[in-house]
Amino acid sequence: MGRYVVRRLLQMIPVFIGATLLIFLMVHVMGDPVAGLCGERRCDPATAARLRQEFGLDQPVWQQYLTYMGNIVTGDFGTAFNGQEVTELMSTAFPVTIRLTLVAICFEIVIGITLGVLTGLRRGRPVDTSVLLVTLVVISVPTFVTGLLLQLLLGVKWGLIRPSVSSAAPFGELLVPGLVLASVSLAYVTRLTRTSIAENRRSDYVRTAVAKGLPRRRVVVRHLLRNSLIPVVTFIGADIGFLMGGAIVTERIFNIHGVGYQLFQGILRQNTQTVVGFVTVLVLVFLLCNLVVDLLYAVLDPRIRYA
Amino acid sequence: MPDQHYEPERALAGAGLGGTTELGVDEAEVLQRPPAGPDGTGEQGPPRSLWSDAWRDLRRNPVFIVSALIICFLIVISLWPSLIASGSPLKCDLSKAQEGSQPGHPFGFNGQGCDVYTRTVYGARTSVAVGVLATLGVAVLGSVLGALAGFFGGVWDSVLSRVTDVFFAIPVVLGGLVLLSVITSNTVWPVIGFIVLLGWPPISRIARGAVITVKQNDYVQAARALGASNTRLLLRHIAPNAIAPVIVVATIALGTYIALEATLSYLGVGLKPPSVSWGIDISAASPYVRNAPHALLWPSGALAVTVLAFIMLGDAVRDALDPKLR
Amino acid sequence: MRGGTHARWVVGAVAVALAATACGSESSGGSADAGAVLSASWGDPQNPLEPANTNEVQGGKVLDMIFRGLKRYDPETGAAENMLAESIETSDSQNFTIKIKDGWTFSNGEKVTARSFVDAWNYGASLKNNQRNAYFFGYIEGYDKVHPDSGEQTADKLSGLKVVDELTFTVKLTQKFSTFPDTLGYNAYAPLPRAFFEDHDAWVAKPVGNGPYLVDSYTKGSQISLRRWEEYPGDDKAQNGGVDLKVYTDNNTAYTDLLAGNLDLVDDVPAAQLKNVKKDLGDRYLNTPAGILQTLAFPYYDKAWNKPGMEKVRTGLSRAIDRKQITETIFHKTRTPATDWTSPVLGKDGGFRDGLCGDACEYDPEAAKKLIKEGGGLPGGRVTITFNADTGSHKDWVEAVCNSINNALDNERACTAGPVGTFADFRSRITQRKMSGPFRAGWQMDYPLIQNFLQPLYYTNASSNDGKWSNEKFDDLVDRANRESDPAKAVELFQQAEEVVRDNMAAIPLWYQNGSAGWSERLSGVKLNPFSVPVYHEIKVS
Repeated sequence: MGRYVVRRLLQMIPVFIGATLLIFLMVHVMGDPVAGLCGERRCDPATAARLRQEFGLDQPVWQQYLTYMGNIVTGDFGTAFNGQEVTELMSTAFPVTIRLTLVAICFEIVIGITLGVLTGLRRGRPVDTSVLLVTLVVISVPTFVTGLLLQLLLGVKWGLIRPSVSSAAPFGELLVPGLVLASVSLAYVTRLTRTSIAENRRSDYVRTAVAKGLPRRRVVVRHLLRNSLIPVVTFIGADIGFLMGGAIVTERIFNIHGVGYQLFQGILRQNTQTVVGFVTVLVLVFLLCNLVVDLLYAVLDPRIRYA
Repeated sequence: MPDQHYEPERALAGAGLGGTTELGVDEAEVLQRPPAGPDGTGEQGPPRSLWSDAWRDLRRNPVFIVSALIICFLIVISLWPSLIASGSPLKCDLSKAQEGSQPGHPFGFNGQGCDVYTRTVYGARTSVAVGVLATLGVAVLGSVLGALAGFFGGVWDSVLSRVTDVFFAIPVVLGGLVLLSVITSNTVWPVIGFIVLLGWPPISRIARGAVITVKQNDYVQAARALGASNTRLLLRHIAPNAIAPVIVVATIALGTYIALEATLSYLGVGLKPPSVSWGIDISAASPYVRNAPHALLWPSGALAVTVLAFIMLGDAVRDALDPKLR
Repeated sequence: MRGGTHARWVVGAVAVALAATACGSESSGGSADAGAVLSASWGDPQNPLEPANTNEVQGGKVLDMIFRGLKRYDPETGAAENMLAESIETSDSQNFTIKIKDGWTFSNGEKVTARSFVDAWNYGASLKNNQRNAYFFGYIEGYDKVHPDSGEQTADKLSGLKVVDELTFTVKLTQKFSTFPDTLGYNAYAPLPRAFFEDHDAWVAKPVGNGPYLVDSYTKGSQISLRRWEEYPGDDKAQNGGVDLKVYTDNNTAYTDLLAGNLDLVDDVPAAQLKNVKKDLGDRYLNTPAGILQTLAFPYYDKAWNKPGMEKVRTGLSRAIDRKQITETIFHKTRTPATDWTSPVLGKDGGFRDGLCGDACEYDPEAAKKLIKEGGGLPGGRVTITFNADTGSHKDWVEAVCNSINNALDNERACTAGPVGTFADFRSRITQRKMSGPFRAGWQMDYPLIQNFLQPLYYTNASSNDGKWSNEKFDDLVDRANRESDPAKAVELFQQAEEVVRDNMAAIPLWYQNGSAGWSERLSGVKLNPFSVPVYHEIKVS
């Protein structure tokens, strides 16, 4: 196990370098950000040149990348165009997004697994068919439509929630945005649990348990659920990385000042330092989440052993 | 790739680096388990392949029939929209802006005074084109890279797998914002190219797994022993049997790509006029939802039905190909 | 993170304290509560909040609250009036003597002196400080040394600025500029305290100025809390306890928040919501003219748009645009069809001339077709109107303009909207001369003078002459107008220059933009100044 972890960690290094280089190049392709800093005017050439120099934009890309990575190793993520340290932006944005992610994950676990078990045990019945249909519809409608409609109905028409999230972003205000963010994963978790339960229901160990005369409840919870949840748990684990990846659309609709908002702003302003900085952290989170998920897989399923 | 369901990775992908955690991968793995030899192993009666078995199943599945009919209809109106819409989607009269349904204009008018019915019909072409072409691109690129990694193994596998991980780690919507924000071309190609560029890793991973599984089979070893070249092995013996999981995942992905195009339009980087697409119309109508809900409703409805049809088709195909659930 | 949480506690404590005082004062009766704080929509400023570094409205809002300059533009008439200036005198329109009123201080207690201005202007002009508004000091003698076009600067201070005594300084310009004193209300000319120079990082984190408000806390990218400065020496004291400016990425969300009662003031009602404004807000809505003109500019560096006869094509395009229909349907009368190249907020005396554009701005499909044909047709048979899709509701009107042109020319593909993803990329295409057809050009005035609507936009090589239009006759008229010391004559010369713009249709004027604002039931006395910025200090909260 220890050797496996070390190997995985070593594998992460090229992936990390590759991913940051890729995003760095992508942002670079967007072109010269300085022109946008002077309003509806041409920046005077001298100031523009000074600004390029200050942000290191006058150097070749590879050198910019090396300098940037060198700085990151020392914890310096650079400065945004408005003079703010990127680490400072992160310290306000990440807590908000982490809260939002937690809310979303809770929804996935509570609603997704419950519905999945329910439908998996009643495969083919009306309950199953209707839940299945609902999950398909949820997957088919773009989130921004769902989000805008919920905001309009719950926030404005019926006045049940705040239509936007305040800058402190407490958990209470994040419930509806969290649900919107989770909606699609929720549908997937439901479907995944359903399939898993349905498959395992016919497996030998469940038949044995039933044959032993164990109460139905015990069979479902102790035997069936425990084994069926392995793929679900790993899916949810991996989902954390994706949800953290900046809920750009959800954060925009509900005016949440989290990671997605900072990334969106950063991209609109072609702010290399902000975009690359946030993506770097996200890539790290993503890689670590996946490592944990794989380890979890081994823990949950004793048949899997990592050497 | 946050809230994007339709994100390829989310939708299908085994997010786990090296782990088979996700829905698509997981289900795909199931498909690989049965050793479905080309000769239809071990069944009585005339030899039946996995495919003919599946086809027999599908023909009797109402879900498959309904979704296939919807898709056929979509393809027909994509090719010949004028069959059911007489006007032009670019003919707009501002004085009719946001007006509701009236004779000759069953869906009413949008914020620019364009006929919503005509635009919804014409939008099918772009949206279906984006979905189909992007899926083809992703499937080809992903399976080629995945197959190479799986077949050759060793250094090839290590390098290709790390490259896959790199592309996996970039959030898709974010990548779309960055890459597409500087594009001014008003064709569908940049959007398709972007989806292919960032969408292939899940398929690649599935194809790699499938190839590794199939590679172990006796008949492949036999062919190799008889001196078949690598190319022949891959194309004649491995590909036909490893492709099933790829097809399943790609069908589901197709729907998600169509929805992804709409999200990109909502963020202001999707298709550009004079292209007519559901994504453009949905994002244009969404701020006006209080006054002209019909302009949002119809393209969204068309989009949802289309995505639904492809996902249901994918579902049906998966069920048919998965003997475990029979 | 820990620091952030900590700061939040402090803000919380302050808010509680303020609420407590508010409750205390309420017992005295009276509907308006001078201690109450209002919340208003805001956008994240693009640059650090330094006066000479802020060139967009959002940062300008804050500077307008925490600074007072030599002049101030009357919130209603837009006329430049003395604020800190006791007097600004000149005999030759080139050398100015500026006297400052006694008794003004910064909110940290430091006295505002002649040096506060001179240091600030030197800082703003100096190349090494990267100030985006440096060119505002371009007329002052010595600017070429402090801010050369290329190479290193050879001086740190403008030789044209001299401190005479504690409250007096002189300005020497490189040329005659009769309306120079009227430009001094612009934010870039604000005074700066010593703290700005001595501990710059701390100042930028929490700016200190001499205006009616002081910065209580500033969370960049999220919110700035401004509170009334109790010892403010000016007459225009804040009528409320403070303003919390909250950042919104999408003005639709801000409007939604206003309806839900989470926000008191929205100063940019989204076009999509204008239809509902009456129903939602009743008379808590304001729509007043602002000094903003939207035009379509052309790339004169592209031969296709600069050959003889193209002025007919441009005029033809102008006549193919149904301004009235678009301003009514898309903008619900928050825009007014333009009939000249300035703005109604200038007033007749200031140079606004209703109808100067004449027929060229009248919608007439037949005339449009004819003119375009006579001029040799659209280059390549079609045009693409380029705009940036990330801010504002530009997409809606560009599409409407294109549809109008297409309908007028009976050709569905004559005009296409060409969105560019980001403002930065849009500007970069302009500066790199990559435009191939008409593009969006919005102009928000810096100060209410006709000069500001013409010179920066159409003078050869001027800073906002994005299309690189150049006309000797125009340049000459502007030069003469700037030298003219009689304001009325100067305006007349500027109007003659404007006629040159018209005859060549250098840019197609579309419409004058209004400022719009909606507010909650708690507020009264909401006004917008000619820059479409709310006059925060006059708002009363109940």
